[in-house]
Amino acid sequence: MTRILKSILFATTVLAPAGFVATGASAQTATLTIESWRNDDLPIWQQKIIPAFEAKNPGIKVTFAPMAPTEYNSAVNAKLEAGTAGDLITCRPFDLSLAMFQKGQLASLNDLPGISNFSDVGKSAWSTDDGKTTFCVPMASVIHGFIYNKKAFTDVGVQIPKTEDEFFAVLEKFKKDGKYIPLAMGTKDQWEAATMGYYNIGPNYWKGEDGRKALIAGKEKLTDADWVDPYKTLAKWKPYLGDGFEAQTYPDSQNLFTLGRAAIYPAGSWEIAPFKAQADFEMGAFPPPVKKAGDTCYISDHNDIGIGLNAKGKNLEAAKKFLSWVASPEFADLYANAAPGFFSLNSTPVKMTDTLAQEFVSWRQNCKPTIRPSAAIVGRGQPNLDLEMWRVSANVINGTQTPEQAAAETQKGLDSWYKPAK
Amino acid sequence: MSDTEIADIETVPVKRPTRWHIAVFLAPAFLVYTAVMILPLIETLRLSFFNIVEGQLAFVGFSNFQTLFGDPRLSADFWNALRNNVIFFIIHMAVQNPVGIAIAAMLSLPGLRFAAFYRSAIFVPTLLSFVIVGFIWKLILSPIWGIAPSLMDLVGLKWAFAPWLGKAETALIAVSLISVWQYVGIPMMLIYAALLNIPDEVLEAAECDGITGWSQFWKIKLPLILPSIGIVSVLTFVGNFNAFDLIYTVQGALAGPNGSTDILGTLLYRTFFGFQNQMGDRSMGATIAAVMFLIILAGVALYLFVIQRRMRRYQF
Repeated sequence: MTRILKSILFATTVLAPAGFVATGASAQTATLTIESWRNDDLPIWQQKIIPAFEAKNPGIKVTFAPMAPTEYNSAVNAKLEAGTAGDLITCRPFDLSLAMFQKGQLASLNDLPGISNFSDVGKSAWSTDDGKTTFCVPMASVIHGFIYNKKAFTDVGVQIPKTEDEFFAVLEKFKKDGKYIPLAMGTKDQWEAATMGYYNIGPNYWKGEDGRKALIAGKEKLTDADWVDPYKTLAKWKPYLGDGFEAQTYPDSQNLFTLGRAAIYPAGSWEIAPFKAQADFEMGAFPPPVKKAGDTCYISDHNDIGIGLNAKGKNLEAAKKFLSWVASPEFADLYANAAPGFFSLNSTPVKMTDTLAQEFVSWRQNCKPTIRPSAAIVGRGQPNLDLEMWRVSANVINGTQTPEQAAAETQKGLDSWYKPAK
Repeated sequence: MSDTEIADIETVPVKRPTRWHIAVFLAPAFLVYTAVMILPLIETLRLSFFNIVEGQLAFVGFSNFQTLFGDPRLSADFWNALRNNVIFFIIHMAVQNPVGIAIAAMLSLPGLRFAAFYRSAIFVPTLLSFVIVGFIWKLILSPIWGIAPSLMDLVGLKWAFAPWLGKAETALIAVSLISVWQYVGIPMMLIYAALLNIPDEVLEAAECDGITGWSQFWKIKLPLILPSIGIVSVLTFVGNFNAFDLIYTVQGALAGPNGSTDILGTLLYRTFFGFQNQMGDRSMGATIAAVMFLIILAGVALYLFVIQRRMRRYQF
């Protein structure tokens, strides 16, 4: 038994790579591997994007190799250090990819044909702090907001809430009616509490980029009212979440909503495609409600995904060809429509056919966009601010921590390593 | 063993040939064990004395351990994980092993019908993958889709149901009991074997002296199976302080809520491999692994040198 096992192990570890090398050498094609965390998008890449590229570039084969999102960063880092990473690396925004560039793992893309198709804002997530060098081609941003069940809204007779008071009035009405769970969100996986909760409604409080930049500059602290108040609002969500939300996971929430059992889903635009495939009712979306009618609204429009070049890759020329294709308007159009909810950062406007995606993107006209506060500069140290915010946001909703305690804890973690530039 | 002794006696007068076959037969096991167990262990212990200084891996002495116990955040995480791990172990010792012994005692009663069926049924979860066990229990206990709320409703206990896996006060107990459910078969099997080994004469002699039923269990059987209970305890100890898989599948690598189910294994995983935006730190991970190794070593040594030596054995 063990001998069979051993020979299998031997065959797969020692012989298989040898086979690969042999076939790779005999056929004169360059094979590019894309490292990615988007395992949900595997069919989109395999069926739409890669065939479109390969049809134009015979001689280059592209493989899309995604892995679990939470394991991506450490796995791809280990691969880069060991020299076994693919030629193309999907880039997380800001500090994580910047660290890779500083270690010389990602190549500079300043002279890549097509990189000029992106504005400085689009490139900001993948540029050095001085903005001089760009090391990933921006692919898409995601927008936060709330997706709602149109049928549920007509059933109960409520309108889209514009202000926070209206928002809670709507939730109260759903709770009284009892047919729908007002808000589909759980705290078990923790990240939703921060990503769909705190980062979603927060920009209205800390005034988007103003607050985020003030935090980086050290002029504001996480214990200031602007940063504590979103926690207070989050704490008020608790009675409107489903029974046992403490043990409700992310897929649980998604299923609750797409099965039509919940009315409102605190969302990111990346949900659009999977929701469209699952739900058999009409869906709409609204931006995070403002405090008072007439207030400026702020939305989280987060540069989320880019793609960079492994500086030690084997097929640099082919990989660059692929990257400049990613930078082209053709790719922007293909990707934005294949994966609605991932909004192109290309300067050329993209026509999207999906109405829900159009709804999300229309908020850009009236609301001021910002990115997630923990992503840039303050997300560089230990303890990691993003993970801290996950944890305390979940605690606040569970009611095990007050908003003030939560804010104090994150600020203490930040103080332990971050010294704002004077 | 006995074969070689016989060979010894026969070959005493002759000049002893080199017994190369011993080396040959030992070599595969020795090499494989060295390659997959001993070398990684030594390498991990070595790595715990190194850290990256100015981009280069350099020897730093005990400074990793100093950071682990001195840094307020890391040490808080570590002590939290150790405390949870101790609770995890206590629940196993208090529930899994007594229940295992009780089931074994009942199974060994003469005249019990379907004993073989019960024995296999109770042992089957042990054979299941932890992924399956974790997933099944996550579903059973789910407040949304689970059968636990509706089953409890049937017997009028709906009020007692809570999202146990999501509450900081109950999550660790819930996860420990899932693990108990899965592994209760191991103490049961070992104790059952020990009970079957007790000679009938001893039990008959006890019956002649009027010791039957409960007092027979306490006065005759229990002392005779004590060595097996000792082995079971050590296995539980080692298994619990190395545990990781079940927590990871049920609660995720963050071992939530709020770190309440974080044990040494999950802390090691997050530190060594990183998680989401937290980067992996190989040296610090190796340091935690080294501390785990020392804890387990100390526990096993305590058993071997203090408890096992005092244990009385009976020869029949």
